[in-house]
Amino acid sequence: MTARIFHREYEPRAPAKIYMLLQRFLIRLATMLITLFGVAVVVFVVIRVAPGDPIAMMLPPGATDADIARLRALYGLDKSIVEQFFIWLSGVVRGDFGTSISLRQDVLGLVFNRLPATLELAIVALVMAVAIGGVTAILGARERGTAVEAGIDIASGAALSIPDFLWGLVLILLFGVLVPIFDISGRVSPQLDLPFVTQFYFFESLLRLRFDLTWDLLKHMLMPAVALALPLAAIISQLLKQSLKEVLDLDYVVLARVKGFSETQVILREALKNAALPTLTLVGVQFTFLIGGTVIVERLFSYEGLGNMAIDAVINRDLPLIQGIVLVFALLFVLINLAVDMMYALLNPRLRHG
Amino acid sequence: MSACLDIVNLSAVLPNGQRVLRSVSLAVQPGEVRALVGESGAGKTMIGKAVLGVLPSSVRIVEGDMRLEGEDLGKLRPKARRTLIGARTALIPQDPLTALNPSRRIGPQMTDRLVRILGWSAERADTRIRQLLDEVQIRDPERVLKSYPHELSGGMRQRVLIAAAFAAEPRLIVADEPTTALDVTVQKQILRLIAQLQREHGTAILFVTHDLGVVAKISQKVSVLYAGKVVEEAETAALFAAPRHPYTRALMGATPRYTDPFASLKPVDEAVLAGLAAEIAAVDQAWRQPHG
Amino acid sequence: MDKARMWRRGVSPRLWLAGGWLLLALLAAIFAPLVAPQDPLAQDLMLERLPPFWLDGAEPGYWLGTDSLGRDLLSRLIFGGRIAFIVAFAAAIAACLVGSTLGLIAGYFGGWADRIISRIVDIWMAFPPVLFAILLVAVLGTGLSSVILAIAIIDWTRFCRVIRAEAMGQSRMDYVENARIAGYGRIGIMLREVLPNVVPSIVALLSLEMGIAVIVEAILSFVNLSISADDPTWGGIIAEGRLSIHQAWWVLVFPLITLILTVLSFSQFGEALKARFDPVLR
Repeated sequence: MTARIFHREYEPRAPAKIYMLLQRFLIRLATMLITLFGVAVVVFVVIRVAPGDPIAMMLPPGATDADIARLRALYGLDKSIVEQFFIWLSGVVRGDFGTSISLRQDVLGLVFNRLPATLELAIVALVMAVAIGGVTAILGARERGTAVEAGIDIASGAALSIPDFLWGLVLILLFGVLVPIFDISGRVSPQLDLPFVTQFYFFESLLRLRFDLTWDLLKHMLMPAVALALPLAAIISQLLKQSLKEVLDLDYVVLARVKGFSETQVILREALKNAALPTLTLVGVQFTFLIGGTVIVERLFSYEGLGNMAIDAVINRDLPLIQGIVLVFALLFVLINLAVDMMYALLNPRLRHG
Repeated sequence: MSACLDIVNLSAVLPNGQRVLRSVSLAVQPGEVRALVGESGAGKTMIGKAVLGVLPSSVRIVEGDMRLEGEDLGKLRPKARRTLIGARTALIPQDPLTALNPSRRIGPQMTDRLVRILGWSAERADTRIRQLLDEVQIRDPERVLKSYPHELSGGMRQRVLIAAAFAAEPRLIVADEPTTALDVTVQKQILRLIAQLQREHGTAILFVTHDLGVVAKISQKVSVLYAGKVVEEAETAALFAAPRHPYTRALMGATPRYTDPFASLKPVDEAVLAGLAAEIAAVDQAWRQPHG
Repeated sequence: MDKARMWRRGVSPRLWLAGGWLLLALLAAIFAPLVAPQDPLAQDLMLERLPPFWLDGAEPGYWLGTDSLGRDLLSRLIFGGRIAFIVAFAAAIAACLVGSTLGLIAGYFGGWADRIISRIVDIWMAFPPVLFAILLVAVLGTGLSSVILAIAIIDWTRFCRVIRAEAMGQSRMDYVENARIAGYGRIGIMLREVLPNVVPSIVALLSLEMGIAVIVEAILSFVNLSISADDPTWGGIIAEGRLSIHQAWWVLVFPLITLILTVLSFSQFGEALKARFDPVLR
């Protein structure tokens, strides 16, 4: 009798798991490429089809007709728009994003020079958002139905409704002017001598154990990071608390309480992992929103990142640079979504084990 | 010798003031299997949850004492109570599908109480768990311990949960309808298993069920519940031989018998229900007077 | 019902506070020439950086003080509200019409329509929205209609995603099936059975989007890309305040408070309206 039950229970599934994960990865990769191609088309169309001659925008006033014609031929603008697109795209695929008009440098080099600053800011903000959101969610779930939970709900409601731009301004007023403990502009104090070989100043200062520099960088980075982190922290807090509360009524959690674990232990050991899965998917999308927010927040704090450069590029009508930056942002976004999707598949035991 | 579990005058209410437990008194002796029977909503699960300290947050205990081997649970600090309950009791839950954490392997879920609450070494806990898995006739412990819950069938999971419940040698196990969610064929095996382990370990069990057939098989004493009140308490054999309360008789009448499947399914008689309503009203009246 | 839920249900005070502020700001904007105490463009270097009325050195008639060019802050805020509200209403409605229509089609019809629309939404989601808006205004040229168009172009996806999901859920309901059996056409069912059920979400999103449009307009004028440089805008005042933050904090504080109140009110108003309209919650 029991033997029959055994057979039903154990079926080897190992090859199927890997196959499924691989298949999922390839499908996502294909959609990702389609999305990137779409982004390239949209950027190209917005810039080239828009009113105004791109060549006229590129040249200083007083350029002759001969100059214009020469530049047209150089940029392939005498060809059809579809041909132009593929010429441009083939360059992009080879890593040739063109030359910045205002800065007269290779676009890709400029972008890679600035990208680390933005990534550092976004990652620090993400870590803060996960920490703040996670702690408040766990606290709210543990104190469910009390004034503590109501307070957390009100705070997260406000943090969510106010966008990063306004949080940045509020922080500038509070900690830049009223109680000036942080720096409100730049990435690092200009008088400092920087020994860094990479552009990841913050992470490199940690690795080199130069905590004096870490502190200076942090003093510059903290407020823009908090401004970016607050709305995301609120979303994480609300969603995670909601799913924690749902999980906390389930039988295996009750069983853990009977076993003698305290409520905090129950939440951390039994509930958190299962409740975090739905939050994880959302955090992926929201992280791309956070990175999108760096554009204006960097501007607000004069932080020398990619977003700040992008706004300068738009104001200077530096088309190649704009195209390059937008494409790099788009690539970053789809890569994050891909990573989150794969992480979800790996962490979900149901997907992982057949 | 003090009772393993002694409940005196336990009352619990919902936020709207409705009583879900009406002055319940109940004593379970060491090694005794006590069945709690009643229809759904009769409060039998509530008693189990109250003992284990896992009542839903909406239910509030307003009166009564619960003693676990002489220790007054109401007088302990929450942390001490948690630890005491964790060390001396265990729960065999109703639904084995939802009672195991889907994202943790079986092994750690079975040993965590032994290691983290009782302070056993990992090796000792592991040995103990394998011993118990053998007792619940799992022939393949290596594989089961490494599995995730969804890789096991319902019957297997219930075996795992039973093994985990007995592993720490608790004095009292609350079995909350442990066979209800299972296939009929598996039900019998599981029931036999619980009875066998109970005999070998000498554990007292508070066995919550709505199935009088199960009661007859496993318990020594029975408490019959209606609307959160114990309406009859008797030795199992005596109860089946001569039920005193009309509601008990009605319940027995409502239990299907294979010999006469159609005649036996009678609804509870109107007169019996009216008598019960009067009885409940009298209890509530007596309860309200001292409490204003 | 736990406290958190009760707070969410407590519609009335929030609705009144949010609605009250929006009405006040809207009326002030509409009757700006009547209520503004000063000409918002009038510069007077004798009156530069006057503090608000309760501080020493304030001038009567300049309630919230003046900026570095001596322009009256309150009057500039009131006139700035005109642009903010025009952009909010026009851009949100445009984004709503485009996004909801596409979302309804994708969600209800599914199949190829859904695949194409979802792919476009994916592409849109790969753009940093603020940068996209800045780029669009730069390309379209500054001006009110460019700003409105840019916001509608970047934000229609918000409506599309939500309405698609809801319409998809609705189209699986039994009553939609019944209507089909009863012989109604697919577009008829979409408009008669599905659309009314997604209206609460559309209304809530519309209100939320108005708040977002106000912010995007402020961001655009903050980077000096919104309307002409002369017209007072909330973002323009903030940019000015950010520069003179150490000399005249009020130039930043008052527009910031105005923006926060407006954004909060729009989102709270939307939530409250949704609760009001939602047959399940009601």
